[in-house]
Amino acid sequence: MSEASPAKAYALHLGIIALLFVLSFVLPEYYHGLLARIMVLAVFAMGYNMLFGYVGLLSLGHAMFFGAGLYGAGLAIIQLGWGVPAAFIAGIACGAVLSLIIGLLALRTTGVAFMIVTMMFAQVFYLLILYFANWTGGDQGQVVPQPARVLDFGATALDLTNPTVRYMTALALFSFVLLVTLAIVRSRYGRVLVGIRENEERTKMLGYDTFSNKLMAVVVSGTICAASGAAYALLFGYVGSSFASVQYSILPLLWVLLGGAATTIGPLIGTVFMYYVIDVTSGYTSAYLLIVGIALILLVLFFPKGILGTIRQRWLGWLP
Amino acid sequence: MHFGPHLLLAALEGLVTSAVLALTALGLSLVFGVMRVVNVAHGEFFMLGAVLAWAISTAISGHPALGFLAALVIAPLIVGAIALVAERLVLRRLNYNPEATIVATIGMLYIIQQLALSFYGPEARPVEPPFSYRILLPWFGYSGYKLSIIAASALLLTATWLVLTRTKVGLIMRATQYDSETAQAFGIAVGRVYGGVFALGAMLAAIAAVLIVPISQAHYLMGQDPLLLSFIVVIIGGLGSLRGTVVAAVLIGLSDGIISMFFSPTLAKIIATLLVAMVLVFRPQGLFGTASR
Repeated sequence: MSEASPAKAYALHLGIIALLFVLSFVLPEYYHGLLARIMVLAVFAMGYNMLFGYVGLLSLGHAMFFGAGLYGAGLAIIQLGWGVPAAFIAGIACGAVLSLIIGLLALRTTGVAFMIVTMMFAQVFYLLILYFANWTGGDQGQVVPQPARVLDFGATALDLTNPTVRYMTALALFSFVLLVTLAIVRSRYGRVLVGIRENEERTKMLGYDTFSNKLMAVVVSGTICAASGAAYALLFGYVGSSFASVQYSILPLLWVLLGGAATTIGPLIGTVFMYYVIDVTSGYTSAYLLIVGIALILLVLFFPKGILGTIRQRWLGWLP
Repeated sequence: MHFGPHLLLAALEGLVTSAVLALTALGLSLVFGVMRVVNVAHGEFFMLGAVLAWAISTAISGHPALGFLAALVIAPLIVGAIALVAERLVLRRLNYNPEATIVATIGMLYIIQQLALSFYGPEARPVEPPFSYRILLPWFGYSGYKLSIIAASALLLTATWLVLTRTKVGLIMRATQYDSETAQAFGIAVGRVYGGVFALGAMLAAIAAVLIVPISQAHYLMGQDPLLLSFIVVIIGGLGSLRGTVVAAVLIGLSDGIISMFFSPTLAKIIATLLVAMVLVFRPQGLFGTASR
């Protein structure tokens, strides 16, 4: 870990944000839209990484936090007629409350039981969406109407369906979460989390309340994921149950594993890379789940540290 | 129909579910008990069994019983072989690390599911039951085949129990489960035991699938419900306890049959999953299990 190079780390992160900003004017239309989507999903992966990478808690149910944000924001608009900012906050609040409840329950278990419990709570969340189909739209999902996705500032209105506005909003959210993650990781609190990952008993012995630290991490992680879900609903205008299914709990795990767990930029790299692989292979096969499966197995077998984790280990020890 | 016969019908359906569930969950429980591996791909081995049963029974002409019997023998063997290969190639190299194996078996789940979709297709296809005798009860007729599933499952469970408790193979498995390091020190080839147990677990799921496929149909997504229900059964019964698994399977199967006859199946699933998650949170050793060492 880095002691001497906070400036280097912040420069790297700001550089990435600047690069993404410039890409907005360079990329062709298709990749422009894709990258906006990837940035929102990378926020999901960063939220997942917060818990999996830094605290070492492998959750198989993070789709429910993404779903809480997605449905919290989407239904606030569709069913209650709220405006965009209120809906966004509603989505985040749903995720925060849900993650607090789930954290209080699931953190009583450890190891394999934690994975299964989180998966089961996520399954309950998913089934509830199907059960209340006349409210949520069930497995058909619902479209957030275009006129409702406009930020009205009186004089100027920001239309979130406009590609440039959408890209910049996604970039703003991504940059904010990236810098927050970096700050958390570099803080005292972040070090306590890593301490829990490495040796929970010893951390406890040193006088840290590991339960409340872990609970805090679950809430932060769940809230970030919910922010990603809420942004997804508002920017891409679709709210569907498939985003709460098991598959969407596995995908952030895959992205983080691929990019490198416990690295701040790994989630972005993993998400970009996975989308790139799927995009390239979609010319040959529609069986993208096959690629996901093979990637998961190859990663745990040969690359357990992921791309950035390996780079950090070999060459760049200062990477946060 | 009156409430009594209605309940009897629901209970019979529930028992059929229990019978299949007990076999599937026993496979999951053995793998977890002996190897400490949570096999997320277990449901896909179940699905493979059903899909292979369809392939085998359509390839063999003549009386449906002939094709069914061939499927009952061949399908589990093929599935067992696939599981063995997966175990050798992947799980062993991961040193059976609990977290890494979960991720790897998730990978297997996607690979098997996608291959089934590519080669078998998205259709649900039926397999003809080996016989179609109906037992006439005073209130309704009931499929004799369904009752024979219950009998076959009971037979197989008893056989597994006998193997585990009365034979040398069973002794070796239990020794490995109890303490793999000491077992190794006593000259037991732990690696081979693990390979065998993983294959056996997959074969139990495949047999269960062959038994159920004449009344349910083979479909590439059919592995998901049995996986979840097996998890539920294994958790309620206590991870790695055979008797608990069977008791829990009957309990879950019966309540599933009865609840989904009177309420919406989705609601039944929600309640069951939530209850089980709570069991895992507040009583991690299961309702029938003893505290872990």
